[in-house]
Amino acid sequence: MSLKSGSVNPELVGRDFPPTPPYLVGREKVREFARAVFATDPQHTDPAAAQALGYADVVAPPTFAMVVQDLTLQQLLGEPDSGIELSRVLHAEQRFRYSRPIVAGDELIAQLSVTGIRTLGGNAMVTSDAEITDAAGDHVVTATSVLLVGEGDR
Amino acid sequence: MSASTGSATGSTGSATGALAVGDVVAERTVQLTRESLVRYAGASGDFNPIHYRDDVAAAVGLPGVLAHGMLTMGLSVETLVPWLGDTGRIVEYGVRFTRPVVVDPETGAEVTIVAKVGAVEEGVARIDLTVSHGGTTVLGKAQVRIRVS
Repeated sequence: MSLKSGSVNPELVGRDFPPTPPYLVGREKVREFARAVFATDPQHTDPAAAQALGYADVVAPPTFAMVVQDLTLQQLLGEPDSGIELSRVLHAEQRFRYSRPIVAGDELIAQLSVTGIRTLGGNAMVTSDAEITDAAGDHVVTATSVLLVGEGDR
Repeated sequence: MSASTGSATGSTGSATGALAVGDVVAERTVQLTRESLVRYAGASGDFNPIHYRDDVAAAVGLPGVLAHGMLTMGLSVETLVPWLGDTGRIVEYGVRFTRPVVVDPETGAEVTIVAKVGAVEEGVARIDLTVSHGGTTVLGKAQVRIRVS
């Protein structure tokens, strides 16, 4: 076994990254996203329907967290020594663990951590977490991506 | 406008009623078009050109323009929400992206979602999503864990 893992830098694991700048969740953005994922439930578009469920404003669809997590993946791909080239990256797995849904009006920050890099054939599987918290510092959702990074010959 | 047919079947009443393993709680078929992909690109900020440019998709060896995996993941869980009632009951949602959804420029692509109770434990139920396109499943281990009271 060689240590070559699709040339992905193994030192990314455990590296400190700065939190992302605050992302303010807008009502129209939630509506736009809801329409894009064929959401039909009024809690995503009608503030009164969301309030009836106890939320301050429209509730974002569950996968909206990806919009905030994406800021952390940009950080990862932007590391000069990451060895990860966007054209060789495939999204292999995605997971979200929620404390609560994202709601319009939330101001969210995301903290990236790379939790694992393992080789699989000539590829590397890179697992990263984005821990998303609100303005009060409370946990909202942790988004986990597994990226499959190819060896670099395509 | 892309059509979406079907809805929560409500075969078990509501998400707060008794759940039995194997119950189908919601299902629908979504017709994706190239417009759907452009709309999702704008809404999500994912402007990877393999999701709207045939020349780029061909250049990287793909069989055609693909739907964003996150679009498939997103529309799949939304199948469940009208039945669920409150998105806040979702504690976890995960998928593996196992097969691409090729979206034809003229005919688009049909994605079918069936949501079935996979397990019921104390306080939490696991809903398994079978998401298919052209007769094959496109997501693996697509599971939603929800709070049950």
